[in-house]
Amino acid sequence: MSKERKMTITLPREELMSSGHLACQGCGATLAMRYALKALGQKTILCIPACCWSVIDGPFPHSSLDVPIYHCAFETAASSASGVRAGLDMVGDKETTVMAWAGDGGTFDIGIQALSGAAERNEDFIYACYDNEAYMNTGIQRSSATPIGAWTTTTPVKHYKKERKKDIIGIMAAHDIPYIATASIAYPEDMVKKFKKAKDIHGTRFIHIYAPCPTGWKSRPDDTVKLARLAVQTGYFPLYEVENGEKWTLNLKIKERKPITEYLKLQGRFRHLKQDEIDLIQAEVDNNYQKILKKCGL
Amino acid sequence: MSKKKDDKRIIFNSEQEMPLVAMSLGSMLYNKTGAWRNIKPVIDLSKCIKCGICWKFCPDTSIDIVDEWPVVNYDYCKGCGVCAEECPEKCIVMVEEEK
Repeated sequence: MSKERKMTITLPREELMSSGHLACQGCGATLAMRYALKALGQKTILCIPACCWSVIDGPFPHSSLDVPIYHCAFETAASSASGVRAGLDMVGDKETTVMAWAGDGGTFDIGIQALSGAAERNEDFIYACYDNEAYMNTGIQRSSATPIGAWTTTTPVKHYKKERKKDIIGIMAAHDIPYIATASIAYPEDMVKKFKKAKDIHGTRFIHIYAPCPTGWKSRPDDTVKLARLAVQTGYFPLYEVENGEKWTLNLKIKERKPITEYLKLQGRFRHLKQDEIDLIQAEVDNNYQKILKKCGL
Repeated sequence: MSKKKDDKRIIFNSEQEMPLVAMSLGSMLYNKTGAWRNIKPVIDLSKCIKCGICWKFCPDTSIDIVDEWPVVNYDYCKGCGVCAEECPEKCIVMVEEEK
């Protein structure tokens, strides 16, 4: 039927992540890295603290990425990236992009003082946080990015997490840095566009990527992209960007948001929730979505 | 494309052979992750509309585009099933691996 049709390619063809990496089946973080490197290209230096990606990359002297990587201590992603940038400036290299690539634990909890310090100094690098909503690498421990109601090994079913997820975009927006964006692996074109935009801006740029984790969320590996898409369509993780801490833009307007149960029922970590608890989560999501709409002037 | 596309495993026989600074010398292609798989994707090319979605969403970059057609690289496919789930024409089916 379609012998003459041309292949539709909506992303750059260049592949800087090779096969053979050590990620679990259906890992969302690998997709995030793949799209980020497609946008940034070969002239990139990565600073990776302890997170899933420090394992996925592979053991020394092998690496599944074709860019230089600096593995640093857990809390130092932002300060290492500042140092790498300063070193490049000393040798007069202006075109190389420095990217700190940390998980949610290394951003929301452990790395936040380094990140806040770097944002205050307005250091020139991209900080990408791929958010899988717990410390997945060490065995699914609760982090401050874990959503309300979720099961983790440190918040077992009877004592599931009762606290809200930290509003990291709000925290970063308060630093008035030049560019902040949220991105989802289910919308790769949008993600590539945001990374390309971030590459051309100077100053601290923060990108929050939503990366489902089948192992930790107790979901099926083939639902990874579907879950990321549902998170956007239910309004749980809206796609928007903030420029200079004041100009908020919503990238994807959802006319009719799906109910949050569609998103929750695919994941084993929410299996214990009763209807009244789901209603509470729905109210929470509605509230957050309205807040963001208001900030975007809609 | 970079030069690190060799699937040879690097083994140092002595300390002298090691580089002075920590740096990666080879790619992870020596690690044939296809052995992790229980089910494998099979593409029915007669129904394929060449949308490129399976290539786009493969977390293992194991779907290549050869002459405008998607081809699964079974050396590295971990069998997650994202391609079969996302295919708009449902022309990818996951079949049990024969051992």
